[in-house]
Amino acid sequence: MDINPVLLLAAVIVASTPILLAAIGELVVERAGVLNLGVEGMMITGAVCGYIAAHETSSATLGFAGAALGGAGVAALFAFLTLVLLTNQVATGLALTLFGLGLAAMVGQGYATTTVVSVPKLPIPGLSDIPGLGRIFFTHDAIVYLSIVLVLAVWGFLRFSRNGLILRAIGENHEAAHALGYHVRRVRFFALLFGGACAGLGGAYISLVRVPQWVDNITSGAGWIALAIVAFASWKPGRLVTGAYLFGGVTALQLNIQATGLAIPVEYLSMSPYIATILVLVLLSGGRAPGSLGKTFHASR
Amino acid sequence: MLRLERRRQPSNLWRWGAPMAAVVLTMVLGALLFWMIGRDPFLAIKTIFWDPVFGEFAFYYRPELIKKAAPLIMIAIGLSFGFRAGIWNIGAEGQYIIGAICGASVALAFYPMAARWMIFPLMIMAGILGGVVWAMIPALLRVYFKTNEILVSLMLVYVAEVLVKAFAVGLLRNPEGRGFPGSRNLTQYPSAANLELFAGTGIHWGVITAVLSVGLAYVVITRHRFGFDVQLAGQSPRAAAFAGVNTNWLVIGCMGLSGGLSGLAGLFEVAGPSGQILGSFPAFYGFTAIIVAFLGRLHPVGILLAGLLMALTYIGGDAAQSAMNLPSAAIKVFQGMLLFSLLSVDVLTNYRVRFTWAKGD
Amino acid sequence: MREILLKLEGLTKAYPGVVANSGVDLAIQKGEVHALLGENGAGKSTLVKTIYGLVAPDAGHMTFEGKPFRPADPRAARAVGIAMVFQHFSLFEALTVVENIALGMEHPPTMRALATQIKAVSQTYGLPLDPQRIVGDLSAGERQRVEIIRCLLQDPKLLIMDEPTSVLTPQEVRILFATLRQLRAQGTAILYISHKLEEIRALCDQATILRLGKVVANCDPQQVSAKEMAEMMVGSALQAPKKQTVTEQGAVALTLSQLSAPAPQAFGTPLRDINLTVRSGEVLGIGGVAGNGQEELVAALSGEMRVAANMIQLYGQAVGALPPNARRKLGLCAAPEDRNGHAAAPDLSLTENALMTADARMGLSRHGFINRPQARSFASAVIKRFDVRTPSTDILARALSGGNLQKFVIGREILQAPKVFVVNQPTWGVDAAAAAAIRQAILDLAEAGAAVICISHDLDELMEISDRFAALNGGRLSPPSPTASLSLDQIGLMLGGAHDMEVAHVKA
Repeated sequence: MDINPVLLLAAVIVASTPILLAAIGELVVERAGVLNLGVEGMMITGAVCGYIAAHETSSATLGFAGAALGGAGVAALFAFLTLVLLTNQVATGLALTLFGLGLAAMVGQGYATTTVVSVPKLPIPGLSDIPGLGRIFFTHDAIVYLSIVLVLAVWGFLRFSRNGLILRAIGENHEAAHALGYHVRRVRFFALLFGGACAGLGGAYISLVRVPQWVDNITSGAGWIALAIVAFASWKPGRLVTGAYLFGGVTALQLNIQATGLAIPVEYLSMSPYIATILVLVLLSGGRAPGSLGKTFHASR
Repeated sequence: MLRLERRRQPSNLWRWGAPMAAVVLTMVLGALLFWMIGRDPFLAIKTIFWDPVFGEFAFYYRPELIKKAAPLIMIAIGLSFGFRAGIWNIGAEGQYIIGAICGASVALAFYPMAARWMIFPLMIMAGILGGVVWAMIPALLRVYFKTNEILVSLMLVYVAEVLVKAFAVGLLRNPEGRGFPGSRNLTQYPSAANLELFAGTGIHWGVITAVLSVGLAYVVITRHRFGFDVQLAGQSPRAAAFAGVNTNWLVIGCMGLSGGLSGLAGLFEVAGPSGQILGSFPAFYGFTAIIVAFLGRLHPVGILLAGLLMALTYIGGDAAQSAMNLPSAAIKVFQGMLLFSLLSVDVLTNYRVRFTWAKGD
Repeated sequence: MREILLKLEGLTKAYPGVVANSGVDLAIQKGEVHALLGENGAGKSTLVKTIYGLVAPDAGHMTFEGKPFRPADPRAARAVGIAMVFQHFSLFEALTVVENIALGMEHPPTMRALATQIKAVSQTYGLPLDPQRIVGDLSAGERQRVEIIRCLLQDPKLLIMDEPTSVLTPQEVRILFATLRQLRAQGTAILYISHKLEEIRALCDQATILRLGKVVANCDPQQVSAKEMAEMMVGSALQAPKKQTVTEQGAVALTLSQLSAPAPQAFGTPLRDINLTVRSGEVLGIGGVAGNGQEELVAALSGEMRVAANMIQLYGQAVGALPPNARRKLGLCAAPEDRNGHAAAPDLSLTENALMTADARMGLSRHGFINRPQARSFASAVIKRFDVRTPSTDILARALSGGNLQKFVIGREILQAPKVFVVNQPTWGVDAAAAAAIRQAILDLAEAGAAVICISHDLDELMEISDRFAALNGGRLSPPSPTASLSLDQIGLMLGGAHDMEVAHVKA
């Protein structure tokens, strides 16, 4: 079997979408100055909630809505702990991941052998007929388009809107933002909810589109890769797309090579996304992180 | 609205009261969880926390408890140094796996030679070395490229998981295993086996190492300059730099220490309780040890107690699974909740909570 | 009698263990410059934060333009026409000037329109500023302009300025005063917080003096002498440190030759080609506006930042490449500016803080094993010798007041009997009595034969204790001159970077 470049590139976009979604959410969270290492936990929560919602209602839309809610729900827990109880963000993020993995395994155990509605493709009329490009970019499901729209929206929000400026200011220097009377905790709370909803959508994209089935540990590190991509992107939405698609490229390529039955052992191929992530982190990152990233905010005198 | 006031001195009462309160809080939340999934909450708590230690079958469970606790304690002791210094090795699970692979490889290379005096020490060295090498990757990348050690060490867990699966069906597969995956069983190879040293106690070399590491860590943390530097670097990085603490060496030291101990834990596990390299060898110990480290307040004695408690949730969880069909994942949720409660209760150590009616933000 | 703009009655605010304000009454009239005078810790900051809505008072009330006034947050304060320039600028380093200013406004126009307004205001008041620059790249004086322009764009009725001149050169102070006088003429009231008496006499119409949270006096600063105000502020007559005039020159203790180093972090200052010799028994004062390389110079000298070996020589030995503890062993000790997290670790006990830097020189550990009793007794010695007020050596550093912790940090280095001592901002944020004690200790150390480099923003302090004076500007050091021979104008030019060899870089 040969590798068809058009199908491969289309597959790259599908493989990238979960990570892109989770990463754009985390980007907003980190620009607001919060380091939420629980992306993996939020993703798998979204994956299981999305799967169950879609399975029970037979509606993909409600599935994704449930996933966003689930992700935002556990993100709210993280927000309560870090913003109100002032817990360490690194430790709380890890706790969220461990908790999410357990929760998903528990809630999802009855769904292991079930099936779920398929998510329809929505070719964009006109554009999808362009030879090659149309197949690559414009014959996907709604969530793929949504992920691109979200990236654009976040870019515009951070760059041009007043609230985006306030969010950046809070991430840069929360003490100063507080001194100017901005509501540090409120903004961070909403940023975290957004991040959780995005991660939840990304997780559901794995369980409803990429696999589509319920398997334990289904996200297998996608949340961590999303975190890596945010750092790689120097906290800029534009570079985020490059990073996510680069990663999706490695994933899709190794799956394709596996399918062609080349003489490379399967194991080495399946570890390639993780190795690629490390390489990318080493070789390409180096932007300036938001000034208050990861620091606990307590409004004292 | 509740408001927090920072204490001038952390409360000594809450420093040790917080983990206890967290355990109680988690038991309440856990009982609630078990009730929600349709189990008798009191029976579940009793089955998990009481029966394995004091119940009818305690003679069977107690040694198991000790065997489970040993790797958790060993790994958590290693992690506690880095965590104190703000060096986040999240990939202990990977170092644990690689340590096991390296140790088992040495044993299998000598199979069936009978020379325990040489093979077992070599395995120990290989286990430590494997863990250290795996931990040095994130450490050196952080030192030379300022790469985030959290993400790199974590990525390497996934790589290690792929490797252990590959070795189980490839290089280390038992040639006499009739095609089944998995290596030879090391417990049946006397030169390499890590068996109980005193029958029926559960005490094997790993348990002894775990206890020794607790004692050594206690001395280093309370009496030695390295322990002091670790604490200084974690609390005030700039003050540490001014005091003359070499951050790069600290990263290498702390990562090496936790990598070595994780690798060692992996080796003792593969040569004893687990017995062979299998795709299912990774047991999540490397992650659970993170909870143990925090629950023990990053203090050696605390970690000893926390490790035993966390092992109890595993053993008790298994018991509850067979006795009352409690899903095994529920125990993971329970462990996650334990860490959450601990982190939240900890606020009381450094802050005084006041309830006010004024609107706050 | 002019109209009263803001009136405070019986304002009280207590924190655990401290009463910051107690029954404070204050009245500010329209179009007056009102000084709020007091020592560090007298309650000035709490009072203005109450006015600006950052702190809610426990008791008392305020009226603004005759109406009851109780701002819930700074937004509410800005809404009635109060603006504030903070002592530590509340700016966002990674954002541009125009973004920073937009953040300080309730309803900013578009960024482009705002940039135009900024240019207009900066011309009207003689405060040049490029709206598109990243704030992290600006000098301290330029950053203050950002804050001031941000306030002026709101057409404030009351402008609060918290210690505005502490980061300015004398020339920049003159520009600022001209701007403030222009504002007063337009009817804006200014609440001017300072402990610099001459400034207050030059600028203010009224003064309210706070001590330990209470109003102790109201006066007209034009009518009262600086000495009288100082005594009202401190509550007793002050003793100036005694300075011995150095008669003979000591041996060369420390030589810096062509010391250069890149900026250690984003928005830092690189050190450029610094040459200097310091002799034993002398105090060399280094002045300069904050952010001109002071921190970097201390880091290079303490060993926190390594440079080429020959760039720093201690009694002829090249030490530039040595780590901090090796330098301490040779007799080079340092005390950085920030005592919360740099010179001291706030979450460690005083014993552990003593151990932090005194281990190498005082032998507080053997083979890496710490001798706690010895560390404790060294800490006790520091506490006793420098009159640090603390119940025990086991107290966390963060529980000490600023002055007490500073005495501990300085004392910890001085008791190690260094041959060369480098100190940055020895009395910053310290009450007058403690400051005097610290200065005296520095002079005593020099008299005992040590070479001292004292870096400070406080020119008065440097004039008082240093034998020679040099200025840091943009990471360069001016050639030192004997302090006694310098006039304030000459110092101003040195701080601005115009020394003999170089032409001042032209400002827009």
